[in-house]
Amino acid sequence: MIEILTGSALNTVQDLGRPRAMTMGVARGGAMDACALMVGNALLGNDAHDAGIEIAFFPFRVRFHKRVNLALTGACGPVRLDERMLPANWAITAQPGQVLAIAPPLRGARMYLAIEGGIDVPVVLGARSTDLKGGFGGFHGRALNKGDMLPCHPASMMIPEGGYGLAVPLSLPCAEETVVRILPAAEYEMFVPQARAALQSGIWSLTPSINRTGYRLDGPSLDLAVPLGLFSHGIVPGTIQVPPSGKPIIQMADANTCGGYPKIATVVEPDLRLLAQSSVGSIVRFVEVTREEVVTEMRAQALRSEQLIVELASLRRTLIPWRSQSCPA
Amino acid sequence: MRISMEGAGALLLDIAGPVFDECLQRRIWDAAQQLEREAAIIQAVPGVNNLLVTFDVLHSDPDEMTRVVQKVWKQATPHAISGREIEIPVIYDGETGEDLAVLARHAGLCVAEVIKLHASARYSVAAIGAMPGFVYLTGLDSRLALPRRDTPRLKVEKGAVIIGGGHAGIMPCTAPSGWHVIGHTDVDLFDPSRSRPCFLQLGDSVRFVDVT
Repeated sequence: MIEILTGSALNTVQDLGRPRAMTMGVARGGAMDACALMVGNALLGNDAHDAGIEIAFFPFRVRFHKRVNLALTGACGPVRLDERMLPANWAITAQPGQVLAIAPPLRGARMYLAIEGGIDVPVVLGARSTDLKGGFGGFHGRALNKGDMLPCHPASMMIPEGGYGLAVPLSLPCAEETVVRILPAAEYEMFVPQARAALQSGIWSLTPSINRTGYRLDGPSLDLAVPLGLFSHGIVPGTIQVPPSGKPIIQMADANTCGGYPKIATVVEPDLRLLAQSSVGSIVRFVEVTREEVVTEMRAQALRSEQLIVELASLRRTLIPWRSQSCPA
Repeated sequence: MRISMEGAGALLLDIAGPVFDECLQRRIWDAAQQLEREAAIIQAVPGVNNLLVTFDVLHSDPDEMTRVVQKVWKQATPHAISGREIEIPVIYDGETGEDLAVLARHAGLCVAEVIKLHASARYSVAAIGAMPGFVYLTGLDSRLALPRRDTPRLKVEKGAVIIGGGHAGIMPCTAPSGWHVIGHTDVDLFDPSRSRPCFLQLGDSVRFVDVT
């Protein structure tokens, strides 16, 4: 069991979400920084679909009631397991009674706590992710409260004393500005030329209205040549909608599956994690790319992820003295 | 027919004209069913006279996907879904339907006439989306069509019976919405523990019954 010591409406159980539930109106959901959760699961030899805790509100503290293997990935900041400071993107064994204390990150906005074997909550509609809007999935369909006891598996794998982790950190947005790549969307050409130019030349800032559903941006006003009345249509995370105010909204993981506002562009899939790791007040710039570039990169990333999983598995074997290795299943 | 990108891994097929076309909508349902048989396609999600197709970018070529969507759309024929007839009991009053008066004023009718018009039409489930189990109902009397609120309400209660533009709907969960609230129903539109979580399915016919 993991006992939650600090509650927050922003911390939830997440996995890779429900990409096959859109036809029911169910958001894709899942970890906002899916890459960070993937690395956490890989460090623990987990399945890629195992659930962890997405931490977006700090400080966050948990107590372990049994011996578990954990990994903490994503944003970087001061993390302690009792007295021991943990490096970023690190896996370690926690003993019963130990407390993991996570202070607000110095870089990035979201951390992922993965546990060997995954957080053991029921699969609902194909995933363990919390759907806050629908009130299902995750831990009783809601964010984590103080006193919640999350079921998980006891440690079975040997992790080197003191833990182990990534030598090269995951990329995080730099303090000055986050550059995210976009592809034009259906109504791109319907915006006035100044708006299309401003989308890429403008300096955008993240307003306080940013959450798992969407990010409202402040910056130049994006105007349509003529007002448009669109029928409701399917939208994906990354869609940049422009409501009548002219101020864009980027749809994120828990976005509605359908919308009616004009869409000027879409943030490409690999860059959604950069937004996930950005905070209120961050400066964002958009740069248009080609679909070919994005597809090539997504394939390369998928390959690197597979390699990382294999390399971490073999690394674990070399780091642990052979006598103490658990028997292969 | 317009096909546009939604990121690298999705395409939006839009065939909407100025007014909603029931026949095109049935063709979209047919195209969606055909497209979902394609191995690389993750989902084909009917909207209102449009169709979103998500696919596996790692194992398929987006240009080829565009051709597949075009080809399937050309061959698609209006789908004769024989939907169910479903009655939804509604309480219409000033408390549960806070926008009844606004709607009446807009339509130049009295509140009783608005309720009568809303409860006498036969609606069709054109699309499912936005929120879990939410349905876009077509068949609203054009006198009741009212553009969405300029500023959406931050919280509209589950069960609210609503009107947005030319569509009718019901809130499946408590969420923000820019639609106008005219009544309340206790029907549960979505339950993930049911074998079919969505209470209403594409092609179902819906009637609202006044039980105020």
